[in-house]
Amino acid sequence: MHGPSSSAPARALKPETLAQAPVIIARYPQRRSATMPLLHLVQEDRGHITQEDMHWVAEQVGVAPMQVLEVVTFYPMFRQAAIGRRHVRVCRTLSCALRGSYALMEGLEKALSCPRGETSPDGDFTLEFVECIADCGCGPVVHVDGAMHENVQAEDAEKFAAKLKATLKDPSYGQHPPVPGTPEWNG
Amino acid sequence: MPAVERPVIYANLRKPGYTVDLDCYLKHGGYEALRKAVAMKPEEVCKEVELSGLRGRGGAGFPTGMKWKFLDRESGKPVYLVVNADESEPGTYKDRQIIYKDPHQMLEGVAITAWAIQAKQAFIYIRGEFIHGAKLLEAAIAEAKAKGFLGQNILGSGYSCDVIVHRGAGSYVCGEETGLIESLEGKRGYPRIKPPYFPAVLGLYNCPTIVNNAETLAQVKHVLALGGAEFAKIGVPGDSGTHIWCVSGLVKRPGLYEIEAGKATFGELLYDFCGGPLDGRKFKAIIPGGSSTKILKFGERFKGKLPGGTEFDWALEDIPLDSNSIAACGTGLGTGGTIVMDDSVEMIQALSNLNAFYAHETCGQCTPCREGSLWLSRVSGRIAKGGARESDVPLLLDIANQVAGRTICAHGEAVAWPVQSAVPKFKDEYLESIRLRQSGEPVPKLKLI
Ligand SMILES: Cc1cc2nc3c(=O)[nH]c(=O)nc-3n(C[C@H](O)[C@H](O)[C@H](O)COP(=O)(O)O)c2cc1C
Ligand code: SF4
Ligand code: FES
Repeated sequence: MHGPSSSAPARALKPETLAQAPVIIARYPQRRSATMPLLHLVQEDRGHITQEDMHWVAEQVGVAPMQVLEVVTFYPMFRQAAIGRRHVRVCRTLSCALRGSYALMEGLEKALSCPRGETSPDGDFTLEFVECIADCGCGPVVHVDGAMHENVQAEDAEKFAAKLKATLKDPSYGQHPPVPGTPEWNG
Repeated sequence: MPAVERPVIYANLRKPGYTVDLDCYLKHGGYEALRKAVAMKPEEVCKEVELSGLRGRGGAGFPTGMKWKFLDRESGKPVYLVVNADESEPGTYKDRQIIYKDPHQMLEGVAITAWAIQAKQAFIYIRGEFIHGAKLLEAAIAEAKAKGFLGQNILGSGYSCDVIVHRGAGSYVCGEETGLIESLEGKRGYPRIKPPYFPAVLGLYNCPTIVNNAETLAQVKHVLALGGAEFAKIGVPGDSGTHIWCVSGLVKRPGLYEIEAGKATFGELLYDFCGGPLDGRKFKAIIPGGSSTKILKFGERFKGKLPGGTEFDWALEDIPLDSNSIAACGTGLGTGGTIVMDDSVEMIQALSNLNAFYAHETCGQCTPCREGSLWLSRVSGRIAKGGARESDVPLLLDIANQVAGRTICAHGEAVAWPVQSAVPKFKDEYLESIRLRQSGEPVPKLKLI
């Protein structure tokens, strides 16, 4: 199998991840259906999916590793390379574009020092355009890790970037239980 | 009388203090319709849904009762219910509200439907980006199981049905029902060819399968609560119930408006509910029912005959909001995702934005869709960015005409329809866009591609 893999040998998957696999597989009438849930699980554990991970998933669900690679390469959310500490996804599709998502993207590229489609040299941000994420009435929307930020105006790009940068210093980031109406709840 | 909303699906979730937990749902009469359903025979439940005239809310508007009738009940194989919560059609964000604010409403519909079709296993295929939504659904399922609304021995009936939440991973074509089924089987989301793969006969694991949209199932709850005949009185003949209009783009108040079918017009939706265009702007065009439906231009006249034989002569603002009226104007109600464009929009950029979407989302199985979507994206892209020839405008139409009707799934139509409808209506503007770029004159400020 080909595909980007990080230079350092990848650490083992967490014991919780390994323990969850049989539970997930047992839910389905057929093992192979657990392919996507296991890939999500691995990606949540490691941040991306390595060749070894794909071999592991293949073994779990009883298919050839190639059949797992086929799945990984088909779905935009699965990735084989590491990303930045914050994954910033700006919706590009028409409803958000009409509300200024292209200008917002340009603003974020500057404010985060990160061209679209790339990870900033310091590894803090990965900035991407994504297609419609079903929140079209609140555009432009930005999905950051698991949180959905609505009505992020292009003229506020700098302020928004500053908010994201501040989260890098917040040890409780991502630990808050979601509250209705907040970006974590909507994500 | 001014048009008003009629919230049915959104009635509770909009109330201040309404929460997602089971207690709150029960306080609002939750799971009473399920109680009614399991006291009936499954065939009787199917009959009520047929009587209701409910049409699917996933985009194609297929009559739900008829779909259930196609189910192969004689195969001896297990029957599956699959809930399509992929919500991937651009401009559409209605199912999200149900999942994030009132998940039990949908689950009640799932339990009723599973009983009606005698499915022992249901799957909710939810788009991968709804990370918290998937957790909310899982929590709601656990609550419902603990109280006997789902899982083993539902409400003491002896009937059991389990529900699995299955997350997608960002692929639009997995919203197409057969692509979704392949995806659920752990494969790439390549749509299957029909025949023979009609889900009701050869669906998930080659077993009979009913795929319904998330909102359709929430509607089913209300069909049972009211009874099919009463439900059919909401709306107009041929289109019963309410439609949730997801308005986005350039209006004063984009948002979700639940309106009884046929009881308001596009004019009322856009001016009364949404507050009209932004200050100093004029409406130019709308895409009425999600990005795959054909575009309508302000100033056009729509003339023809309705299915009942009544003649009509409407401006865009006069078109009533029901499936038959909208279809008679050459487009579709689709998912109700209305995308609004005003005079600040350069139409070739809007088209190019959508073409880029479809080029990104084609699964690549069919040559016309794979190549066509890419060519359309490139050709419209060079009109929008410079480097085009005048012959590129008819070329767009020529390419689109070679896609529709020649592919495995309706993604082919989704690729072709925006182009086929927009090019004749905005040809002159496209030529002007080419001229502006050739002469180096300033182009409209709003960037869409
Ligand atoms: C490319 C494509 C994408 C689709 N995406 C969705 C979707 O996200 N959600 C949905 O419910 N239906 C979607 N559909 C329609 C489904 O194929 C199917 O018709 C629908 O789920 C049936 O449910 P209903 O009868 O309740 O409307 C899509 C169809 C196509 C061709
Ligand atoms: S029409 Fe397009 S999306 Fe559908 S099966 Fe063919 S290539 Fe795939
Ligand atoms: S177009 Fe951006 S969320 Fe739908």
